[in-house]
Amino acid sequence: MTTSATEKSTTTAATATAQSAGADAGAPATARTARRGRRALSPGKRLPAARLVGPLVLLALWAAASAAGRLDPGAIPAPWTVLKTAGHLWTDGTLPTDVATSLRRAAYGFAIGLGAGVLLALAAGLSRTGEALIDGTVNLNRAIPTLGLIPLFILWLGIGETFKVAIIAIVVYIPVYLNTHAALAGIDTRFVELAEVQGLSRYRFIRQIVIPGALPGFFVGLRLGVTGSWLGLVVLEQINATSGLGYMMFQAQNYGQTDVILVGLLVYGVFGLVSDSVVRLIERRVLSWRRTLSS
Amino acid sequence: MAPHTEQLTRPAVRLTGLTRSFEGRTVLDGIDLDLPAGSFTALLGHSGSGKSTLLRAIAGLDHRVTGSGELEAPDRVSVVFQDSRLLPWRRVLDNVLLGTDGKDAAARGRAALAEVGLGGRERAWPSELSGGEAQRAALARSLVREPELLLADEPFGALDALTRIRMHGLLRELWQRHRPSVLLVTHDVDEAIVLADRVLVLDNGRIGLDLTIDRPHPRSYRDPLLGEYRERLLAALGVTEDLA
Ligand SMILES: Nc1ncnc2c1ncn2[C@@H]1O[C@H](COP(=O)(O)OP(=O)(O)O)[C@@H](O)[C@H]1O
Ligand SMILES: [Mg+2]
Repeated sequence: MTTSATEKSTTTAATATAQSAGADAGAPATARTARRGRRALSPGKRLPAARLVGPLVLLALWAAASAAGRLDPGAIPAPWTVLKTAGHLWTDGTLPTDVATSLRRAAYGFAIGLGAGVLLALAAGLSRTGEALIDGTVNLNRAIPTLGLIPLFILWLGIGETFKVAIIAIVVYIPVYLNTHAALAGIDTRFVELAEVQGLSRYRFIRQIVIPGALPGFFVGLRLGVTGSWLGLVVLEQINATSGLGYMMFQAQNYGQTDVILVGLLVYGVFGLVSDSVVRLIERRVLSWRRTLSS
Repeated sequence: MAPHTEQLTRPAVRLTGLTRSFEGRTVLDGIDLDLPAGSFTALLGHSGSGKSTLLRAIAGLDHRVTGSGELEAPDRVSVVFQDSRLLPWRRVLDNVLLGTDGKDAAARGRAALAEVGLGGRERAWPSELSGGEAQRAALARSLVREPELLLADEPFGALDALTRIRMHGLLRELWQRHRPSVLLVTHDVDEAIVLADRVLVLDNGRIGLDLTIDRPHPRSYRDPLLGEYRERLLAALGVTEDLA
């Protein structure tokens, strides 16, 4: 078991002798006899706000290159130009409308896809009939690239909001279903046996063992689903829309407004970063029992 | 502690002609066995001799196994496995209370944890326990149900020698206090001799030896009088002295 393994490794670390310390050329002579622990293989404690460090460095490089005149402002405008444009677009009301439109599409599609993925995974994971009906069908659906369904869906649903929400929902439900179903089906038989011994009802068995055990897999699917919903949104809005962020960027391309395109990308980026952070936060809360490298 | 001498009329477990086989291979071959209520019995046997199969049959865990024979066992049966089988997503107290209801359940869970020496660890996660502590929690989980029959399948097999000796003392103490019938499956002859009042050897699908160990508790591993029992058990297991 993992617990006893941890116990053993701590003991070995504590009894590590000075042999390795003596080999360290930089160590002072008095340290030769000192005990030294083993090299820690876990990456150690998280830096505060570690996830922001990389993006901030990139931003600084961009600003420095623009200020030094090393970037063609027509191709990559300076950060402050992008901010100014964002300010204009916000105050004249176009940006808030477009952001709201895009968010609504993504949110509806995501919510429907998430619900469908979870429900189908539960139906397939908890009943043999459900599995026979659902699992093969979903895997067939997965084999078809969802964005390839766009022409068909336009013919079926028209070019309005319904078809966009439907496509996003499909992009989301597939990873949610696949990961949740795999986790539900992969329940440890030792825990099934335990539930029988402890006399759990079927309902309690599902509620207290199957579902908590499947949560890590569900979160993998959830994060893929979140990423998928933004990807679907971008593609849909840039090819088949008359409103929304993607449409704003498509228009800007026609008029050569690089700064507007960058504003659109910035907003997409913020969407992605915020939603991913929210999912991670929930995951950390819900799966607080897991002690992994990332904790 | 005096050797237990109760003579109770109705056995806790009665097996009559119990047969179990896997893919045509007979593992248990018509076992007849009574375990008196409140008795402490150990079951020895080689690896693969069918000890777990017998225990799982008594526990009612062998749904899809072919077999025949009659089996009487109490309603309240607890099982302790070789691994502690704690659910990693439930805190220790919630693990102990798995499948236990009632208003006083939490209080009983706390009491059981205190009894196995884990008082104060109620809110720990299983991953924070050592191997011995996890197995103590598993014992508490089996006790809180006040079992009439406690089945243990090599419960100390994965523990280090020192922890194992402490767990022996604990198990015997808990048995003294609660008096369930105990069937302890082990491959460790010394463990069987030190703990049990009766030792069975499973051999070729049958009970090859049924030995009553009439020595007072607590027993020392160095008690020379236990050596005689050890030799008889080793002989029944087909281990001769010069090989051992
Ligand atoms: N579910 C199973 N399917 C097929 N064979 C099994 C199964 N369970 C046990 N066996 C076989 O039955 C024999 C006895 O197993 P087991 O009772 O686990 O032995 P022990 O616990 O004494 O080591 C072994 O040969 C094992 O391979
Ligand atoms: Mg076994």
